[in-house]
Amino acid sequence: MTIATVTHADPTAELPPVRRSAPPTTIAGLALRTPFWVFSGALAVVFLFPLVWTSVASVSPKPGTGQVDGWGFGNYVTLAHYQAGIWQYLANSVIVSGLCVILTLAISTLGGYAFARFRFPGRNALFMLTLAILMVPYATLLIPLYVLLNTLGLQNSLVGVALVLTMFQLPFSTFMMRISFESIPRELDEAAMVDGCSSFSALWRVLLPAVRPGLITVGLFAFLAAWNDFFAPLILINDSNKLTLPLAVANLRVQVQGVVDYGATEAGVVVLALPCIVLFLLLQRHYVRGFMSGALKG
Amino acid sequence: MTVQTATSPAPPPTRRRTNGHRLRGWAYASPTALFVLVLFVVPLALVFRMSASKWPLLSGDQGINFPDNFTAAVDNRFFVDSVVFTLKYTILATILLIALGLGLALMVQESSRWKGLLRTSFLVPSALGLASASLLFYVLYSPLAGPLAPFMERMGWSFLGSPDAALASTLFLIVWRYAGFYMLLMLVGLQSIPGDIYEAARMDGANRWHTFSKITIPLLKPTLALTTILCVTGSLLAFEQFYILTKGGPDNSTITVVQLIYSVAFQGQNDLGVAAALSVLVLAALVVINVVQLRAFRGSDES
Repeated sequence: MTIATVTHADPTAELPPVRRSAPPTTIAGLALRTPFWVFSGALAVVFLFPLVWTSVASVSPKPGTGQVDGWGFGNYVTLAHYQAGIWQYLANSVIVSGLCVILTLAISTLGGYAFARFRFPGRNALFMLTLAILMVPYATLLIPLYVLLNTLGLQNSLVGVALVLTMFQLPFSTFMMRISFESIPRELDEAAMVDGCSSFSALWRVLLPAVRPGLITVGLFAFLAAWNDFFAPLILINDSNKLTLPLAVANLRVQVQGVVDYGATEAGVVVLALPCIVLFLLLQRHYVRGFMSGALKG
Repeated sequence: MTVQTATSPAPPPTRRRTNGHRLRGWAYASPTALFVLVLFVVPLALVFRMSASKWPLLSGDQGINFPDNFTAAVDNRFFVDSVVFTLKYTILATILLIALGLGLALMVQESSRWKGLLRTSFLVPSALGLASASLLFYVLYSPLAGPLAPFMERMGWSFLGSPDAALASTLFLIVWRYAGFYMLLMLVGLQSIPGDIYEAARMDGANRWHTFSKITIPLLKPTLALTTILCVTGSLLAFEQFYILTKGGPDNSTITVVQLIYSVAFQGQNDLGVAAALSVLVLAALVVINVVQLRAFRGSDES
């Protein structure tokens, strides 16, 4: 098994190479391909419809919601004034995601560099142990982590949630940064060290710019995971002012005794999904490349 | 991933390997080591300890009581139901996602502008969190606010009304959210099959079905193994989709094992000891299931 590192600029566009030559564009060819277009187009609509519907429904009038008549942002106003206010929950989510991204980038860059460029006792054991995090169920770790964070004085703390989420990111990010560093020729940092750089300034000035695609992938994944995570804050946070956005929107459904405010929930889903979709579309090729470079080839 | 790195090549030896070199290596690896130790190894040890101790949510450790927590866990009135339901859900979700992931990948594998658009639209849902996707479908399936509400009213039927409908509706949500992701993994696998093999098959007059069953499937086996293991592991640990969408209902018919752990620990019973015992059982089951899967995929390789 080898590790495939993709080096071309846009894997989405180039993936995979054309195998069968497309039929020539004749009337007959067009007629043959029409069923395919209809079928695949219908499938694409099935995948896009829920997103489009929610965005439209969140601003359309509906009895029993914050937007009773006419189109407008009434549901978003309801959402903004829910309990501690949407800004509080947004801020909580930004703190957790931001901390998680920064910690994941810092730890996996240093760790990846260590695993790729140094030989030290326990190197393989530590790497395998880091990957073993993937093998252990989320719930199995969160029950003892709840107890452990209490003893560390991090109960009910956004920092505690960020630390836990960072730990869950380590298998992927350490692996990713290790193969990113390994794909850079050793001569590059050796030359820098011969010129008098310390190992740290070789990392900082020479290697870091070269592993930027890896850093973007790791950062994007850490952000998406932390922003969207539901289970860790559900268990680790009790204080309703410290809820992250997914939890706040999930709680929003039972705002009034048993009556669900569907309009505000739709608005909440839009607020939750928008940053993810925008980031995904902007960084799509990095997202795709993240999987490609980590993928097995038999 | 674990298997793969075990065989990944070690870096070529450097000319000087001094104590300073080793020390620097450890220094760079120390944040990783600290995190793995404090937030992974210690909790993992703690969960075994907790599973053998009387450990209520509020009063903490009350001393060893092994094996009471394990008997209590197995005797829980939802234990058997949740295990059966989780297995059923896992099998259905895995079959659907692997088949659809492969189908979508075959559909969009040639590159053209239209297929690029298709790929993007299949992938967009996978940018959403599972919790957000569940909330979205909670509204979409609602008999009051959903787009199909009039239809449901006329038919006297609803998406989450009966156990089977609730399971099918959740499976649709999961397919919507994850099919693009599995398509991507399949595309990576398909890309690694050399094009000239297809060329040779075409020269020999193989039809599409033969090419698919005799070339694509066998050469795609490493990818199929990876995706199956990923999908089985993920589905066995399903939580958000049922916690948010079906809330375990109707009639407690859609409770998964992780949901049971959560409710034993934090809803009502407040017994962390029993929850830890359940977690240990899940961990053991997962290890066994993954070992069996690895053996199976490896075994069929040799035959």
